[in-house]
Amino acid sequence: MTVLTIDWILLIEKLALIIIIIFASLGIALYTTFAERKVAAILQDRPGPNRAGPFGILQPLADGVKMFTKEEIIPTHANKWLFILGPGLAMVASLMTCAVIPWGGTIELFERKINLQVADVNIAILYIFAVVSLGIYGIMIGGWASNNKFSLMAVLRAASQAISYELAMGLSLIAVLMITGTLSLGEMVKQQQAGYWNIVYQPLGFLIFFICALAECNRTPFDLPEAESELNFGYHQEYSSMKLGFYLFAEYINMIMSSAVMATLYFGGYDIPFVDDAKLFTSIGNWAALIQVAVILTKIVIFIFVFMWIRWTIPRFRYDQLMNLGWKKMIPLALFNMLITAFIVLLKHNGWKF
Amino acid sequence: MSLLHIFFWFLTALALFSALMVIISKNPVHSVLWLIVVFFAISGHYILMNAQFLAIVNLIVYAGAIMVLFLFVIMLLNLNKQTEPQKHIWLKFSGIIAGGCFLLSVSNVIYNAQNTTLELSKKAVLMGEGNIGLIENLGKKLFTDYVIPFEISSVLFLSAMVGAVVIGKKN
Repeated sequence: MTVLTIDWILLIEKLALIIIIIFASLGIALYTTFAERKVAAILQDRPGPNRAGPFGILQPLADGVKMFTKEEIIPTHANKWLFILGPGLAMVASLMTCAVIPWGGTIELFERKINLQVADVNIAILYIFAVVSLGIYGIMIGGWASNNKFSLMAVLRAASQAISYELAMGLSLIAVLMITGTLSLGEMVKQQQAGYWNIVYQPLGFLIFFICALAECNRTPFDLPEAESELNFGYHQEYSSMKLGFYLFAEYINMIMSSAVMATLYFGGYDIPFVDDAKLFTSIGNWAALIQVAVILTKIVIFIFVFMWIRWTIPRFRYDQLMNLGWKKMIPLALFNMLITAFIVLLKHNGWKF
Repeated sequence: MSLLHIFFWFLTALALFSALMVIISKNPVHSVLWLIVVFFAISGHYILMNAQFLAIVNLIVYAGAIMVLFLFVIMLLNLNKQTEPQKHIWLKFSGIIAGGCFLLSVSNVIYNAQNTTLELSKKAVLMGEGNIGLIENLGKKLFTDYVIPFEISSVLFLSAMVGAVVIGKKN
């Protein structure tokens, strides 16, 4: 057996990048929980968490310690392995998305060009779609394994909601793909750097995508799987300790990742607005890449704020309203958007002649 | 033994093992979960053959949508060992015979593929090469050479959808 031919330096480089991105997303998610409580407090005209550290800045750490030290309970009639597998799957599926998101341009370190994207695969957007559709398993398995009828009801709701809104999401994506002509996220960002952001061409598509992203993340007004007034607590009712923490955390990571995808698809990704990125790279080198990372993070933070703003402003839908919106409004609208886009793209291909 | 081979054998073992577990598992929910693992392993094989589009669509359609619906129905009906209908012994025999016939024909095809003189079919699998599986080439092939079968299958899907709506409207 010969020695495996692997580019070890590339492997180490990618591994380091993966570790940095995962820890960064975990850290951001930690402080997103804090931000959520602060935003809620501001919208409801109250101070919010302010005991741990200055302005309550250590609150998420305190929450984490609380979660870890609580007693872990596995119900007697629960399916033990699946009960443990559920939160883990939810977490893995939400973290998997970050592999294909371009977080910035290239950095030059030790005479190597490092792309700030873990995997620039040419089917990136389909990969994201696959991971999103797998995300539902964490909830389904966990809820079913708890052997509790309220959890089961929540799971059924979650699954049907996810499937319904995935359709409209996919249809609104097709319009973007027709305009850019590529499935690679890195290529899409480069196109948007050269021309206008996709939001200019696809305002309706973005609106549909945004609403579907809310539904996929189980955020208000689509948080029916955790409607506590109807279902006690939702699919994680039987969970305690860090397993519950994983479910709550996965929701925040999902929010970050869907914000990153929206920023990449419609708002130019890491493109610095009103600045020619290529010129910036020749003048300040690596710093330009870091500025780009800061820019995409800013876009993500803005999206997360909008998510929270919506959560603390709009009440929850009723279940039939949710289904009506998904199937009778979102899908026809997305189809309409797709047809119009296809028509215009075809016209442009023919040189604006019929 | 290259990295490609190691991946191939690992995925093959994983696919066979989880396919067996699908049949052996007593709990229908476990069966569905093992079946999802099978789909992942097969998608891995597709990626090794450079058919990325097929791999990811396999995951989206089968693992992401159809298996969710399977799980949905099983959870909704709360199937378990007690409520499972007892199958007649003849049904089991016919299942074994049908499966055996399928195995025979597949192994025959593989055996013949090794014996033919054609250069291409000497290799059972083209690993890590060829670009017909890339989305651009696949799309061009589908909409030029195979446009009629493609459109006919889409009509088939449409008729299935219409049928589902008609059945749903009855109640």
